[in-house]
Amino acid sequence: MSLTLIAFLFLSLVAVFCGLMTVLSKNPIHSVIYLIGCFFAIAGHYLLLNAQFLAVVHIIVYAGAIMVLFLFTLMLMNLNKESEKHKAAIARIGAVIAAGAMMLVLVAVLKRADSLAIPSTQNIAIGTIENLGRVLLNEYLFPFEFASVLLLSAMIGAVLLAKKDHQKAA
Amino acid sequence: MADFKSLSLSGRKKDVSDKDMTFMEKLYLPAIAKGMGITLRHFFKPKVTIQYPEQKREFSPIFRGRHILMRDENGAERCTACGLCALSCPAEAITMTSSERKKGEEHLYREEKYADTYEINMLRCIFCGLCEEACPKEAIFLTQDMAPADYKREGFIYGKEKLVMKMEDIKSNTK
Amino acid sequence: MDLGFVIEKSAIILVIFAITMLIALYSTFGERVFASYFQDRLGPNRAGPGGLLQPLADGVKMFTKEDFIPETPNKFLFIFGPFLFMTTALITSSVIPWGDTLTLFGREVKLQAADINVAILFVFGVVSIGVYGIMLGGWASNNKFSLLGAVRASSQMISYEVAMGLSIIAVLMMTGTLSLRGIVEQQHGFIDWSGNIPWFSWNVFKQPVAFIIFLVCAFAETNRTPFDLPECESELVGGYHTEYSSMKLGFYLFAEYINMFISSALISLLFFGGFNYPGMDWVAHNLGGNLATLVGVGVMFTKTLFGIFFYMWVRWTVPRFRYDQLMNLGWKILIPLAILNILITGFVIILNGN
Repeated sequence: MSLTLIAFLFLSLVAVFCGLMTVLSKNPIHSVIYLIGCFFAIAGHYLLLNAQFLAVVHIIVYAGAIMVLFLFTLMLMNLNKESEKHKAAIARIGAVIAAGAMMLVLVAVLKRADSLAIPSTQNIAIGTIENLGRVLLNEYLFPFEFASVLLLSAMIGAVLLAKKDHQKAA
Repeated sequence: MADFKSLSLSGRKKDVSDKDMTFMEKLYLPAIAKGMGITLRHFFKPKVTIQYPEQKREFSPIFRGRHILMRDENGAERCTACGLCALSCPAEAITMTSSERKKGEEHLYREEKYADTYEINMLRCIFCGLCEEACPKEAIFLTQDMAPADYKREGFIYGKEKLVMKMEDIKSNTK
Repeated sequence: MDLGFVIEKSAIILVIFAITMLIALYSTFGERVFASYFQDRLGPNRAGPGGLLQPLADGVKMFTKEDFIPETPNKFLFIFGPFLFMTTALITSSVIPWGDTLTLFGREVKLQAADINVAILFVFGVVSIGVYGIMLGGWASNNKFSLLGAVRASSQMISYEVAMGLSIIAVLMMTGTLSLRGIVEQQHGFIDWSGNIPWFSWNVFKQPVAFIIFLVCAFAETNRTPFDLPECESELVGGYHTEYSSMKLGFYLFAEYINMFISSALISLLFFGGFNYPGMDWVAHNLGGNLATLVGVGVMFTKTLFGIFFYMWVRWTVPRFRYDQLMNLGWKILIPLAILNILITGFVIILNGN
């Protein structure tokens, strides 16, 4: 077994374990921490694919910023086991169906993915910031700009929501 | 009478104003640089610390510290236990009991009556010096030393063993 | 992997770890001495000659204090917080180049634990993880003041990370690399004669605005005065570490000093040329490359230590900001300024290119 394979297996194990614990742990704060662990494992996978930039950005954006905001909300809302209301049975059934459908879609997609050629990871320079920038601003310029427009609209929406509340209070 | 609002006793009065800051003031950085200059000047200034056990601050000549019960040139205690010091004490810190001098104790006590016990509670004492002024025999004085700290309250009740002047200091006794 | 490489890297890592610890240790002492000097006092000078053993005495005190754990449902997170904060503080030092290459036993030894091509992003990533140390610790303390301190710390750190990243982008656009070693090597010497107009090669002379933004953000990221709201004594008792005692508190305080050291090192690398100094070519040519490198390491540490001194200097000059002022400065002034700086830098680069 090569070192890469061992690393891959270990990271996958951690990712799957953390993912399961995210769903299964009762305490929402613990859930968030397991999710952070999961992000780290996935960043490790990016590193194995020679995508250092992606790995680091993944950690900065997801683990470093988004999950902090999650923790923020959880801490300030004080979501404890005691204060949490029990969900109605119909909501639970709905959640199970939705999650099942999601899984079906994922499995279907992954089954088709066999035919996709996995890019060779022998080329070390493939994930560097220079190559990434060149590809993003040439071949994929349109989706790249489109994503930024999406983020902008989300931002404007957030500002609008906050403003509306403010006017009511005043 | 001039407008008393414009009076300035210290000569350092400044009028408060809420006018808008200029651009340079809003930048804030020049002000910080100026402040850093001031702190740096203090960094190189001579320090005012007095390193206590080695160095001591000089007291004023009329400083009133802990008490001492004087002996005369022969080493006899001057105190005659008249109680005037206890009477004059505004903090009621002094208590004493008196005894009569016996034969053969003339070298110990100057007068026929002496203080058998003499206690000053240093926690009550306000170091006003009234005992010193009241004493007709020039027996009690306030020295230049401070009463040292202690771990227990009992340690601050000074008996004769702490108050009476040491025998070896008699030679320097000029008062 | 060849054995020499492993030994070389292990030695470098050990030395960096030891130096980081030593400097953090003596920063605590330096803080107290400098603080008192700024206030016309003498500071601690009783333990050892000139008080030099004071940090050891402080350490012994810290270790022998009662290790108190408050009534909390999350004992694990309570212990995990300081551990995480300390770890992230130490990890950052791994990508910092402390000097140029030494030639030892026929090997070229880079004085750096790991020269990775996304070093700056790595630093940012690790710093952003450091927030969790404060947050989890503050939350697990089960104390209102701790929670408030933790929330303040994390919101402040997230906010200023944005401005910090944007200010760095202007520098990165000029250098065209994310590797710290690459950035330092571009600031070779002191004056760059190669261009049309000779100009200083250090980035602080090319990007003064980025430097000021980065400096302010570094103060905010390390929770130092004037941005020390997370541990603001007058409002929050001790902030996020109110409930901590013994060495767990020591870890938090220690990590703060390590962060100071690392951020000073980063500032010196990014803006003050790191291990470059005026006349380095002359030294390398006349006295040998190894000596030039050693002088460079000395220069690097001098710059870094001055940075630490600067942190303390500012601490006794500028009073603490109010929370709304802090957020206004971060979001309404520093971020737009950083974006403007990026635009101007972009224009200049395009003009130069044509």
